Amino acid sequence: MIRDALGIAIASGAYAVSFGAISTAAGLTLLQTCALSVLMFTGASQFALVGVVGAGGSVWAGAATAALLGSRNALYGVRLSSILDRSGLRRLLAAHFVIDETTAMAIAREAPAESRFAFWATGVVLFVFWNLGTLAGALATHFVPDPKVFGLDAAPPAAFLALLAPRLRAREPMAIAFAAGVVALVCLPFVPAGVPLLIVAVLVAVFGVLRSGR
Amino acid sequence: MMWAGVLVACAACYALKLAGLSLPARLLEDARVQRTIPLVPVALLAALIATNTFSTGHHLVLDVRAAAIGVAVVAVLLRAPFLVVVVSAAATAALLRLL
Repeated sequence: MIRDALGIAIASGAYAVSFGAISTAAGLTLLQTCALSVLMFTGASQFALVGVVGAGGSVWAGAATAALLGSRNALYGVRLSSILDRSGLRRLLAAHFVIDETTAMAIAREAPAESRFAFWATGVVLFVFWNLGTLAGALATHFVPDPKVFGLDAAPPAAFLALLAPRLRAREPMAIAFAAGVVALVCLPFVPAGVPLLIVAVLVAVFGVLRSGR
Repeated sequence: MMWAGVLVACAACYALKLAGLSLPARLLEDARVQRTIPLVPVALLAALIATNTFSTGHHLVLDVRAAAIGVAVVAVLLRAPFLVVVVSAAATAALLRLL
């Protein structure tokens, strides 16, 4: 199990390197970049915030997008609440580690004790590698005068694509993804930067609620 | 301003994680919530890909980033690891600009 956790952590450490690089290229300082990895610690939301800022949007539009992307972690918490302690200080710390990887590792085990161990082992190891990777990536680009020379402006969409791909296993999410991309581009010339994302979020929420109400 | 936005976003993301562990399960086990929330990242990530690839400021543009995302799509279809997808896209854009 430790070996699985290490494998996941090393893979995400590499992914954190690209986050650190993209974040500093987007104009965040080294300290802001590292603060995101320490305090936010949920990859897609971090990429979204720096992606919006890098594209010229306000940090508040980026923050709203990050929070919307973080909503899925609340669902993970529900699944994990039967495994983890529901009270005390430990729950406050556990909450910080409620992300895709720890949830997947925890719910893959049958026995509650094993689940709990998988959750904490993955969370702690991942946290260390995630932050080391971020620092390495941020340092690497901190002194690059023009990120465009290294194609760093093309890195965020590729990162989003790599995050999106595993969620596209059925026809419906593919249709939703396509529609969301089109809607965002249609809105873009007319509203402040970052706002197309919020319009897309509202539309998909309305769609989701209407559809499941049927 | 940047710091304020960063810290508020961090607090919001933590609050969402904690809410899942703390709120009564029936609130979040509602069928509408369960079926809607997983759609949000799909739509947002797709919108982020579209806007980060095909726009600069308020203008729709078609430049080397389109070729870069094309290379990234191929890398994803070949099941390349995350870093390979990102680096291949960045390298494509950098090389095309050199031409």
